[in-house]
Formats: sequence, C-alpha cells, structure tokens
Amino acid sequence: MSAGEIFLWIIVPYVAMTTFVVGLWWRYRTDKFGWTSHSTQIFESKILGWAGPAFHYGALAAIGGHVIGLMVPKSLTEAIGMSESTYRWFSAIAGAVAGAVCVAGFVGLVYRRATDPRVRRTTSRIDIAVYFLLVVLIGLGCLMTFAHNLLTTNPYDYRDSVSEWWRSLLTFQPDVEAIEGANTVYQVHAIVAWAFWALFPFSRLVHALSIPLQYLGRPYILYRRRFAPAPGRPR
Amino acid sequence: MRVKAQVSMVMNLDKCIGCHTCSVTCKQVWTNRPGTEYVWFNNVETAPGQGFPRRWSDQERWKGGWELDRRGRLRLRAGGQLKKLLTIFSNPDLPTIDDYYEPFTYDYETLVEAPLGKRDPVARPHSQLTGKPMEVEWGPNWDEGLAGGLESAPKDPHLQGIEEEVRMTYEQAFMFFLPRICEHCLNPSCVASCPSGAMYKREEDGIVLVDQDKCRGWRYCVSGCPYKKVYFNHNTGKAEKCTLCYPRIEAGQPTICSETCVGRIRYLGLVLYDADRVQEAASVPDERDLLAAQRDVFLDPEDPAVREAARSAGIPEDWIEAARRSPVYDLAMRWGVALPLHPEFRTLPMVWYVPPLSPVAATLETDGYEADPDDVFGAIDNLRIPLEYLANLLTAGDVDEIRSVLRRLAAMRSYMRKREVLGETDEAVPGRVGLSGPELERMYRLLAIADYGDRYVIPQAHAELGQRLMQEQGGCGLDFEDGPGNCGAVDSRPDTSSPRVPVDGERFHLVDLLTKGGRGS
Ligand code: SF4
Ligand code: SF4
Repeated sequence: MSAGEIFLWIIVPYVAMTTFVVGLWWRYRTDKFGWTSHSTQIFESKILGWAGPAFHYGALAAIGGHVIGLMVPKSLTEAIGMSESTYRWFSAIAGAVAGAVCVAGFVGLVYRRATDPRVRRTTSRIDIAVYFLLVVLIGLGCLMTFAHNLLTTNPYDYRDSVSEWWRSLLTFQPDVEAIEGANTVYQVHAIVAWAFWALFPFSRLVHALSIPLQYLGRPYILYRRRFAPAPGRPR
Repeated sequence: MRVKAQVSMVMNLDKCIGCHTCSVTCKQVWTNRPGTEYVWFNNVETAPGQGFPRRWSDQERWKGGWELDRRGRLRLRAGGQLKKLLTIFSNPDLPTIDDYYEPFTYDYETLVEAPLGKRDPVARPHSQLTGKPMEVEWGPNWDEGLAGGLESAPKDPHLQGIEEEVRMTYEQAFMFFLPRICEHCLNPSCVASCPSGAMYKREEDGIVLVDQDKCRGWRYCVSGCPYKKVYFNHNTGKAEKCTLCYPRIEAGQPTICSETCVGRIRYLGLVLYDADRVQEAASVPDERDLLAAQRDVFLDPEDPAVREAARSAGIPEDWIEAARRSPVYDLAMRWGVALPLHPEFRTLPMVWYVPPLSPVAATLETDGYEADPDDVFGAIDNLRIPLEYLANLLTAGDVDEIRSVLRRLAAMRSYMRKREVLGETDEAVPGRVGLSGPELERMYRLLAIADYGDRYVIPQAHAELGQRLMQEQGGCGLDFEDGPGNCGAVDSRPDTSSPRVPVDGERFHLVDLLTKGGRGS
C-alpha cells in the first residue's frame, strides 16, 4: 500500500465523513436560519415545474440505487435466490431510468439558472461548486450505468470491489485492495463523491435532510405559547 | 369550551383616504431589507382593481384557503398532506414575482454625477433583482385610484357577474380603498399548509407567525394563504409575513399601521373565542352561513360564565376586562357593522371591515340626488353594483347582509344629523335597524370621533411573564437570536444604481468565505 493509496482510499473517505458529520452538527447548531432549500421558484416557475421534480425524483431513485448497490452484500441477494444476471438487469435498467430522468431535470435546472437573469443572480459560489460536482458525479454515474452495465456484454461488477471497500470503511477496517483494482471510472466517481459529502453541510444541499415527513398525519393548526405558563396556572 | 383570546382589527373603509401611510411605515419597520423589496405586509389597494398580487382573490387560480370535500369535511383547497409532499419540488400554485411586480429603484447617481449639459439628467429605473435597467410595467398600486380604467379594473375578480353593468355605467364609477394586512385567521390555512411545522398561531393572542429557524423554504404557506399575505424572502429563502407588530402589541401599543393611520380608520381589540368550535364553524356547508358561524365562535365577555371559563383557561384578569371594552367586539358583534374579508375562504379571518357608504352616496349624487343621509337610507336598495361588489368582497355574495349593515350605518348618520343639525331626536330611525338611540350614538362616537384609547384597547402581554419586553422597546423586532435582523440590514451604500442581493442568508463562516462576492455583489 503506497502513501498515495492510503491517502485516497482511507484518509480522504474518513476526512470527508468527519467533515460531513461534524459540519452538519455545527451548521445545525449555528445556522438554523440559513437552513433552507433556497428556492428560486418565485423567479422562474415554468422550467422548474418539470425540471425540479424530474431532477429530485431521479436523484432520489439514484440514491436508493446506491444504497442497495453499496449496502446490500452480494451474498444476501444470492441467499434470497437472485441470480447475478437478474440483479444486473434490475440495477442497470432501474439505474438507467433514474439516471435519464435525473439528467433531463438537471439539464433543465442548469439551463434555467444560467439563462434566467434573476435566478442567475442568486447563484452563490458554493452553488457553483455544488453544480460542478453534480455535473461530474451524474456524468460519471450515467457513463457507468450505460457503458459499463446496461449496454455491454461484459458488465462491470462493482459489488465485488467498490461496495466491499465502502462497507469496509463503515466497519473501520478499510479494505484498500478491493478498491485498488476497481475500474478507474468508478474510482474517480468515488473520490468526487467524497468531495461532495464534505461540501454537503456547507451548502444548501442540507435541505435534503429536511424532507418534512412529519407533515403526514400532523394536526393542521399548530399553536405555540409565547410564555411558559406561570406555576400553578393551567395551560 | 376552550376560551382563547385573539387580538384583532377592524378597519372602517369609509374613512380610508388611500394615503398609503400605513404601507410605508410598515415597510420601514419590517420589510426594508434585501429580499423583501416587493413585500408589503400592509398594502392598500383600490377597489375595484386587480389587487396585490394581481387577482389574489381568485382561488380558482391560486387554490388558497379551504374547501369542503364531497362528504362536507374541511380540506385544503390545494390538496392534502400527501399531495403536498409529492409535489414539494415545485409548488404548482405559487405566484411568481411578476404577479406581484419586479422591484425597482432608480439610478439616482446619474442625477448627481452627470456632467453639466443642456438637458437635465434622467434617473432610469433599475431592477432590484438583477441590477439591470428595466422598463417598469407594473408596480404596487399600478391601478391606484382606477388608473388603467377599463383595461385594468374589470380584471378584478370581485366584479365577476357584474362586469357588464360596470362597463356601462363607468361614468358613475364607484371606488374605495381596501387596506389589507394578514388576517391572523382563527383557522389559518397558511399554518395548515406548512410541511415543516414552522408556522404557528400564538395561544395567548392569536398572532400567526413563521419560525424563521424552522422554515425550510417549501413555499406552501405562500400559496396556501388565500389572502396572499405570506411572502417569500428571496434573499434568505424563507417565508415572512405580517407579525401584527407583536413586539408593540405585547407592550400594549397598536400596530405601526394603526398608530400612523392618517384616516384613523383602524381599531384594535381583543375577542374571546371558543377554540373548540372553530373547525365546526369553518365547515358549515353554505358559504353564506360562514359569517354567522364565525360570529357564533366569539364569546360574549359580558357573560359571567364566559369570564369564568376564560379565567380557568388562564386568561389574565386585565385581558378579560380589555375584552369587555373591545372596540372590535362592539363593531363586529354588538352592532354587527363590521364584516370579515372573504369569509368563503373558510379561514375565519380576524381583520374585519366596516363597509363604505361613500360609494353608495357618490353614485347617488350623480343620479341627481343630493347625498342626504336620508336619501342614502332609502336608496341603498337601488344600488345594485356597489352592493353586489361589496357582497362579493365581504359576505360571500350575500347582498342582504351588506344591505342591512349599510342601513345601520345610514341610520346612524341620519340619526346624528337630525340631532346635531336640526336638533330633533327621531327615535323611529334606530328602531328601523334594530338598535337604540344611545347605541347609535356610541357607534357614532366610536366610528367618527373616538380617541386613541378607545380605538386601541390592547392589554400588555403579561408583565410578570414578559419583563424583557420593556428592554426590547425601541429595539428591532427581527433582531432576536438567529433572526433575520432588520435595523442593521439597510444598505449602507448610497449607490442604488447597481442594487445587489447580498448574502445574509447563510451566515456560516465557511459559506461566507466561499460566497464572498458570490451572490452578485
Ligand atoms: S391571512 Fe394570515 S393567518 Fe390567514 S391564512 Fe393568510 S397568512 Fe395565514
Ligand atoms: S394610513 Fe389609514 S387612511 Fe391612509 S391608506 Fe392606510 S388605512 Fe387608509
């Protein structure tokens, strides 16, 4: 294991994870007021009307795919009787659909941000950094899904390499060998993804953690007291 | 019975002169910050006219407020919780900035710096959103005082069904001003629409607020409010709304719009209501019964049983006393001359309006009558257009209700005129509208000549609970910890030619570092 490898496959991931966790905690503690989706819909609604949902639903599906691909070990899918080829077609087709929808939405969103002067004006540097990382991540992701999985006779099995390494990181026994031999495209995707996670707490991406599921089933009207009732007073 | 107190307002439309002082002072206090350039917590619109944002009351279009489903249950017009979550990535009913107006400023620097020349320099309008020169095509009060006339005014949704007559009798146009703030509804659809649970109604005084720390910018409150009185701050990415100047109310002072109202049209007071009956009242099947249902929710502070229940609900004694002296209760309940704006939205709004008699009188004058109060009294029935218009605005289309309110107001004028000018007391007049002479006189005093202390009966927030309030007086209402701040945020640069959208949304240090110069400064 060279120093470079240790840096790329051990230090980078753990630094990114730490930044993610500590950064989120710090941001939440110090900047609840800045925690928002920072929507620009009030400036431009037409393109956002289709591109926003397409991008977000595509991205959510892709995230789901990542969770399955990275977290579920091969032994498990095999144990439930799913053959390698079934898994491959499932992941390739679902991944391709999610990727295509996400890309369509993303292109719409970037187009609107670049061309609508009002939206453009609200774009911060950190937004640009996020957009840049997303371009790389989504681009490589689609390349992998289409070129290395869907449209090839010899699909690349990331579950033997990338996934093993990813899970080994979570158990604090990093398996560098698993990723070392992986396909270069996958390696680059992984490294850029760490940059993405490290940036996450400091960008408006945090709104992703605020999906308001608590709304479901909540009573509609909320009341709050300004002052706590004095002792002995009924509420 | 679950007794709650609500600070509410009545505006006497007959006395509004459309001076916009209220809007300006409100803006100076609350929305003179970047991101809220287009925001008017208080605005005064001309009726008939399109309003602000344009055609806000057209709920076919905006889907604000509540409606009844087929089984008669109350539901949000824009759809329930699941639908909201599924469409959260793009709110289908959100107005865009063009429905309000693109905020602009002028290139004043040119006036100062232009070289000596033959022609006077001109300051050109610049967009406050992009900083670019722009043509101003719409603005707040663009159709002020019926400007835009037949092109603009007939787009007013309240004219639905009477457009034709309005066009034909335009020479006899009627007009009045309608100042609007948040209604601080008893059944607020903005609160119900907020997925994050950031909006709430205060138990103590019913003021509806947005928790700036919990808002995540999903924007459903903006579309959910049928009065379009929640605004999106495009700089902070959060919702903001009229606060009923709660720091002032807590100190026993009237809101800034009331305090500075030139026409003295505003009244503030407490209303006690039964929170257990709110749902039921908002769900009555016939829209025209909503007014009566809402009045039913209010509790009579003269009733000892009500006072006892209020006490056991923890409402302080001085608040109960204030409720007994409430000008709002007098106008809305005792004399029934104040009406809620658009009761059919089913939010049970708590800013009520005394409908204007003036458009009626004005139309009479052009018909060759002299607008003698007695004539007005007799002629109200013949004035179909203003009556229907007012009914569309204030009683869900119930013309009879408007007529009876106007008759009461006309009776008051007639009674007082006879007494003051002719020295006669005609006791038949009050009887015809179901009130007594002394009552009419009290009504006259409150509507015409009431003092500050009679117009604003606001008990202080409870002293032993709110001692910090004194320290906060004179401070800035938004300067609480993590609040958006206000007083400090006024752009210090004299240069308005290149307006900017500075970053004060994300205050995280690294973010500041990375965004320096980012948001277009
Ligand atoms: S008027 Fe005020 S309280 Fe009522 S729904 Fe609108 S924002 Fe909410
Ligand atoms: S300050 Fe009073 S009179 Fe003037 S526009 Fe406002 S409400 Fe009307």
